[in-house]
Amino acid sequence: MDVVGQLQRQFIDYTASLYREVSVSFLGYVDDQFTQLQKLQDESSPDFVVEVITLFFDDCEKLINNMAKAMEQQVVDFKQVDSHVHQLKGSSSSVGAMRVKNTCVAFRTCCEAQNLEGCLRCLQQVNHDYSLLKNKLQTLFRLEQQILAAGGSIPMVE
Amino acid sequence: MDSSSTTTTTKDHQMVSFGSDFHVLAVDDNLIDRKLVEKLLKNSSCKVTTAENGWRALEFLGLVDEQQEKTLEGSVSKVNLVITDYCMPGMTGYELLKKIKESSVMKEVPVVVVSSENIPTRINQCLEEGAQMFMLKPLKQADVKKLKCHLMN
Repeated sequence: MDVVGQLQRQFIDYTASLYREVSVSFLGYVDDQFTQLQKLQDESSPDFVVEVITLFFDDCEKLINNMAKAMEQQVVDFKQVDSHVHQLKGSSSSVGAMRVKNTCVAFRTCCEAQNLEGCLRCLQQVNHDYSLLKNKLQTLFRLEQQILAAGGSIPMVE
Repeated sequence: MDSSSTTTTTKDHQMVSFGSDFHVLAVDDNLIDRKLVEKLLKNSSCKVTTAENGWRALEFLGLVDEQQEKTLEGSVSKVNLVITDYCMPGMTGYELLKKIKESSVMKEVPVVVVSSENIPTRINQCLEEGAQMFMLKPLKQADVKKLKCHLMN
């Protein structure tokens, strides 16, 4: 690859890594949209949050698998990868999964640049973000169950 | 909280109620977004039908082809509002909007377009084609309140 091409590649990778580093150091696991989700839950649908989050985790796994498969091809179809990332970005935004969403933003940049190495790193990162979040939320849901089982009610957290 | 009333009070604000006859068709290819919009609207006492793409939406509305549409002539629209995502594979929300506005039976029904992307040309395109409103995803309770105010005026 020529010098300019290499420099451009470096520039894109570095940009993507900035997004990544910011995401790890400064962003919360969830944002205000997660609060919005909790506000929607009521007596008529007491498990709404768990249901939607479970759907989201299923979606994550499916889309991450699809992205991985697409990137294993001899000739990578970046448009395909991008369409999976676009879907994941949408879902994560809707449930308030802030880090996942932010990684998807960087991921789309790599897709547009047809930067395979960048994409592979983003895939790793998005998988990491998803796993962390799953851990955190499953702990939260477990705590909720414990409170309810002990006869308590779930406190409102502003 | 009185569960038989059609309005409920939250910590933040009075939730709006459209009235249980208000029927909304929500169109989105994303399952999570469908669940979300359905819950938002049901919390406002609407009747909600969801569709995962434009063709299913048209099918539900009875606009699949001219023949089907002819049988609708003179009848009242099934729904009071259509909310559609813009970015959908195959038929976009814009294309669905156009088809609805071209129909003699459905053209008076308000169509609201939602999108995760804030693109002015896209917004203008939809408004020019007759969309009632354009809103950004993800939708919140405050958006439903805004929607109701906009529609009822």
